[in-house]
Amino acid sequence: MSDFGSVAKRGMIALALMGLLTTGAVYAEPKESYLRPEKVPAPANNQVTPERVELGKALFFDPRLSGSNWISCATCHNPAMGWSDGLPTAIGHGMKVLGRATPTILNTAYQRKQMWDGRFRTLEKQATGPIAAHEEMAQDLDVAVAELKAISGYVGMFEQAYPGEGISLDTVAKAIASFERSIVSSEAPFDRWIKGDESAISASAKQGFALFEGKANCAACHMGFNFMDDGFHNVGLKGNQDMGRFAQVPVAVMKGAFKTPTLRDIALTAPYMHNGMYLTLAEVVWHYNRGGDVKEHLDPNLKPLNLSAGEQEDLVAFLKTLTGDPIALTIPRLPH
Amino acid sequence: MKVMTKSWVSGALCAAMLGPALLGAGVAQAAEFTVGQHNKTFVQDGDKVEKITIKVGDTIHFKNMDPWFHNVFSLSDLKTFDLGSYPQGQHKSVVFDEAGMAEVECAIHPQMFMEVEVAP
Repeated sequence: MSDFGSVAKRGMIALALMGLLTTGAVYAEPKESYLRPEKVPAPANNQVTPERVELGKALFFDPRLSGSNWISCATCHNPAMGWSDGLPTAIGHGMKVLGRATPTILNTAYQRKQMWDGRFRTLEKQATGPIAAHEEMAQDLDVAVAELKAISGYVGMFEQAYPGEGISLDTVAKAIASFERSIVSSEAPFDRWIKGDESAISASAKQGFALFEGKANCAACHMGFNFMDDGFHNVGLKGNQDMGRFAQVPVAVMKGAFKTPTLRDIALTAPYMHNGMYLTLAEVVWHYNRGGDVKEHLDPNLKPLNLSAGEQEDLVAFLKTLTGDPIALTIPRLPH
Repeated sequence: MKVMTKSWVSGALCAAMLGPALLGAGVAQAAEFTVGQHNKTFVQDGDKVEKITIKVGDTIHFKNMDPWFHNVFSLSDLKTFDLGSYPQGQHKSVVFDEAGMAEVECAIHPQMFMEVEVAP
């Protein structure tokens, strides 16, 4: 067994005991499952290369991809704001306020479905969706490709990234997807603790993690390294009229259901929920402590938790340990 | 853990009661299968199953073995059903009464997907 293995095993025993003593633990995931997989998954026809990431980064930051030449992917997915925008719901073309919050692109490489309602299966399929969406970047995709072909700097970048494939919708999508695959969570205090550094997080946060896996039942959906289950749940938000996943999968339990978001870097991506209705993590924890507000179509995993004020604070303390170390990112100079 | 069961008992009892005349007329024995839902996969005999072949009239019991809720549904041309969502330890059953192919999924966890081939 590796050093990590033995440390993790000791940690597991200690955690399991802590969970049993304090919460009547429901889940006991192997601690290794919280570590980031070494390899970022990518399809066979679009393996990640530095040239593809660099091209994708330029496209991601390039407002010329939008109908207005004013909105880029990074306008909403702002790296300085946890790859989101800090707004309750996104603002799109013509300053129109949209219906759903901008999700972070962090760790989307590991997700099986993209978008809040999961309507795209791959990052390649997702990448051009917001460019074409009338309410978002409002660009005719054929026009976008033609405009890119007219920028000589891009011609060489595409040739280096996708030799012989040219500038097409396909290569634009593949390049943006490659860049998104490079945006993965960095090591957080929680990870250092999982690896055996007991001083990495506070006692309150450790108690919060025991609650997370136990009494608070968070790990029913927020599981594994990315703290999500690739699943869809209606969490009983007051006033929600959005049918969410039901538009894609017309099955009753999907009414008002949305994809479980990652909790990595969660302290950086307020406001919370698909409609941004909660400003703080404390409000989110309080919501789940109530077992949700609207019971119609409520996911049956949600029930009142009877957490004390102190226990809710412990959960928030734990959630804040999921913020990774700052990453270095070079802003591209866009080609002309 | 043994998840899949295939019971011929009910079919055998049925045949005994009905007698050989009907058997001679070609009445098939309906079998029962159990497919588990474990670690967000459909499993048989503890292994992930992506396709199961049964016969017309056979029953599949879908049993939730995970500590969170699962759903089972199919929107196939062959058969449309929605078993709702149910917790660990419970199962719900579907009789496949026509030949063809059905796709079965969990709406909550879309990575859970299997095919049911129903032979005549």
